[in-house]
Amino acid sequence: MTLRPFNRRFFMAGTAGLAGAAVLSGCAPGSTPTDQPSAPAPSDIATDPASMGDLELVVWDQEVRGSQNDSLVALNKAFQDKYPNITIKRLSQGTDDLKAQVTLALSGNDVPDVVQVNNARGDMGQFVKAGQLVDLSPYATAYKWEERFSPSVLSKVRYSADSTTFGEGNLYGLPQTGEIVGIFYSTKKLESIGGKEPETWDDYFSLLDKAMAAGEQPMVLGNIEKWPALHVYGPLQGYFVAADEVVKLGMGNAGASWTDEPNTAAMDKFQEWGEKKYLGTSPNGLDYDPAWTEFTKGTGVFLPGGSWLGTDMEATMKDDLHFMAPPPSKEGKLATTGGTGIPFSVPAKAKNIDAAAAYIDFITNDDAMQIIADNGGMPVLRTKELAPASGVQKEIFEAFDDVSNNGTLLPYLDYATPSFSDTAGQGLQEVLGAQKTGAEVLKAFEDDYTKFTGA
Amino acid sequence: MRHSATPYLYLLPAFVVYAAFMLYPLVRAGQFSLFDWPGFGPSTFVGFGNYIDLLSDDRFLASISHALILILFYSILPLVIGLVLAAVLRRGSVRGLGFFRVMIFMPQVIALVVVAVAWRQIYSPNGTLNDLLGAIGLGGLARGWLGDPILALPAVGVIGFWLETGLVMLLLLAGMGRISNQLFEAARLDGAGPVREFFAITLPSVRGEITTALVLTIIAALKTFDLVYLTTSGGPGTSTTVPSYEVYNRAFNLKEVGSASAVAIVLTIMVFLINIAVSRIGEERRTPR
Repeated sequence: MTLRPFNRRFFMAGTAGLAGAAVLSGCAPGSTPTDQPSAPAPSDIATDPASMGDLELVVWDQEVRGSQNDSLVALNKAFQDKYPNITIKRLSQGTDDLKAQVTLALSGNDVPDVVQVNNARGDMGQFVKAGQLVDLSPYATAYKWEERFSPSVLSKVRYSADSTTFGEGNLYGLPQTGEIVGIFYSTKKLESIGGKEPETWDDYFSLLDKAMAAGEQPMVLGNIEKWPALHVYGPLQGYFVAADEVVKLGMGNAGASWTDEPNTAAMDKFQEWGEKKYLGTSPNGLDYDPAWTEFTKGTGVFLPGGSWLGTDMEATMKDDLHFMAPPPSKEGKLATTGGTGIPFSVPAKAKNIDAAAAYIDFITNDDAMQIIADNGGMPVLRTKELAPASGVQKEIFEAFDDVSNNGTLLPYLDYATPSFSDTAGQGLQEVLGAQKTGAEVLKAFEDDYTKFTGA
Repeated sequence: MRHSATPYLYLLPAFVVYAAFMLYPLVRAGQFSLFDWPGFGPSTFVGFGNYIDLLSDDRFLASISHALILILFYSILPLVIGLVLAAVLRRGSVRGLGFFRVMIFMPQVIALVVVAVAWRQIYSPNGTLNDLLGAIGLGGLARGWLGDPILALPAVGVIGFWLETGLVMLLLLAGMGRISNQLFEAARLDGAGPVREFFAITLPSVRGEITTALVLTIIAALKTFDLVYLTTSGGPGTSTTVPSYEVYNRAFNLKEVGSASAVAIVLTIMVFLINIAVSRIGEERRTPR
C-alpha cells in the first residue's frame, strides 16, 4: 500500500499551467470602482412604515446571547404588531460568523435590509469606503436622531464618505445598547486586604500592591484570545493619556502619537503589571470565560472588564460583586473604554431602505430602550433612569451614564486601523509574557498607526 | 465500436467535478495572489508584490518555521512511537490487542473541536496537567502552557502527536500483518532476538507504509489550522501562528485577500515539494539495486 499523490511531471505542468492561467485571465477580482451611492434627499424618503405596502424586511444580527436575544425578539414582535404589512425575516448568528458572512455578502446583490456592522475601521470603515452602506444622514434629520443620541455616541458611527475620517461626517448606523469597560471587584476580598473602593488611580495602584502582599491575585485576566487585554489596557491608557489623544489614536485619525510620554507611562505600568504577575501567573494561557468564572469563585480582588460580564457574574457572586468606572484621569475627567453595542446599518443594495431606516428608528426609540432594559440589557439611552433598583447592574448603568454624559467613552483600540486589532492584541500579549518590551510594542503600534494615517 | 476518446469520456465526469472544486479555486487563488484586494470592491494588480512582501514578513516567516517544527510532532515522533507500538502489538503476546488498538486510534475519531476544548482544559493554568505536576511534587513547573512563549508551540505539537500516533500505528500494523510468519521463524532459528527481528524484517517490510504515513502526517502538520485557531489563535504574540492560520487571519481579519492567497499558494507549493522529497526517498529505498 503506497500513496503516490502526484508525480513530478504532472506537478511541474500543473504549476506552469497555474501561473499561465493566472496571467492570462486578465479579469481582476472584485468589482470595478463604483460611484459613491448618493444619499436620498430628505424630501424623497418615506417615514411611515404603514404606507409602505406589504414587504419582507431581512435583518441579520448577532444578538444571540440571553438578554440581547430576548430584547430583539420583543422589539421585532412589537414592530410587526404595529406594522402588520411588514414581515421581519431575522437571521441571527455569532459575532464572528456574521462578520465573515457580511464581508462576503455585501459585495453581492442579495443583501439584507438591515445588518449589524462593527464600528471599526476594519469593518464599517472598509464597507463605507467600498460604497456598500447607506448614508443615513437624511433619516437622522427626518427622525431627529441627533436629538435622541449624544454626539459622543453618534461619533462612533460617523465616517467621511471616503472613510478617511472616523468620528465625523455621514451616519452609517445606530446602536441600541451601551457598553462600558470598568473594574469589577469583590467586596469581601477588598475588605480582607483592608481596602475600600479606590477613589483615585493611586489608591488603585496601592491596593494592587496590598493585595499582592496579602497573597491575593490583584487582578484577573484570561487573555488567550488576545483581545481581552485591550480591556485592561484601555482604562489604564485613559488615566495617563489625554482623552482627545486616545480618541485620535483609537479612531485612526491623524495628529497623535503612540510613543509620546503619556503613552509610554501607560505602557510602562502595564509592563510592570505583567512582570509583577499582577494579572496572574499566566494570563496569556488562560481563556477569557474561565477567567471570570474563577473570579466568581474567589480568585483575585479586581477584574477589569466589560459591562457585559455583570449579569453572569452576579448570578454567582450576588451582592459581593461591585462595578466602578475607573477613577478620574490625570486630566481630572472620567474616561474609559466603552461605547455602544454593534450598530445596525443598511446595505447600499438593500431592497427596502425606507423600511430599514424605520425599523432602526423603532428599535432605538425611547420605548425600545424600556424594552431592552426590561429584558436585562443596558440601553444606550435613558440609562440611569432605566437602571435596576439595586445590585451590580445599577452600578454599571450609572457608571455608563456618568461617563457618557460627563466624561469620554474612549473608542475600543481595535477601531483604529484595519489591522489594529491584530497589532494591539499581539503586542499586549507580548508585553505581558515579557516576549517584548513595552517600548518595542509601542513602536509596532506607532508603525501601524502612522502607516494608516499617513496613507 | 470503440473510439479513441472513449476512455477520456469515462474520466470526464470525475474530471469536471475535480476541476470545478479543486483546479478552478486553485487557479483563482493564484490569480488573487497577484492583486491587492480587500475581498470586495476594486482591486489593484501588483504582480508578484505580495510574494516579495512575504520574504520580509516576520509573521509569515515565523509561521513557516512553526509549521516545520510541527512536522517533528505530527510526523517524526508518531512514526517512531507508532513503529514501536505496532511492533509490540504485532508480536501478539499482548492481551486485549483490540482494546489497545481502539484506544490509540480513538483521537482520530473524536471531532477536533472537542479535542481542542479538552486540551485547553488540560493546559489551563488551573488545569489537569498542572494539578498532576503538583501531585508529584513538580508544582514549580506549573504554568499556563498555551500562554508560555516558548512552550506554547510544543504544547500544540503534543496535541498533534496524540492525534496522529493512532493513525500511524494503524497503518503500520496493517503493513506488519502482511509479513509472512515464516520470515520471523527463520530469523528466530538463526538466533535473532526481538530487536534484530525488528530491524531485519519488520522495518524493511513496512517501508511503503512508512512513506504513506509520513506523507499523510506531514500534510496534516503543514496545513494544520483548526488546532491553532481553537487553542491559541496563533499566540502568545506570534509564537504559534502557522501558515494556514495566516491565510485565515489575512483574509478575514485583516482583509488582505491578495496576501492571504499568496500565503496559501506558497503553502501549497511547500506541501508538494516536501512530499515529493518524501515519496522519492521512499521509492528509491524500495527498488533493489
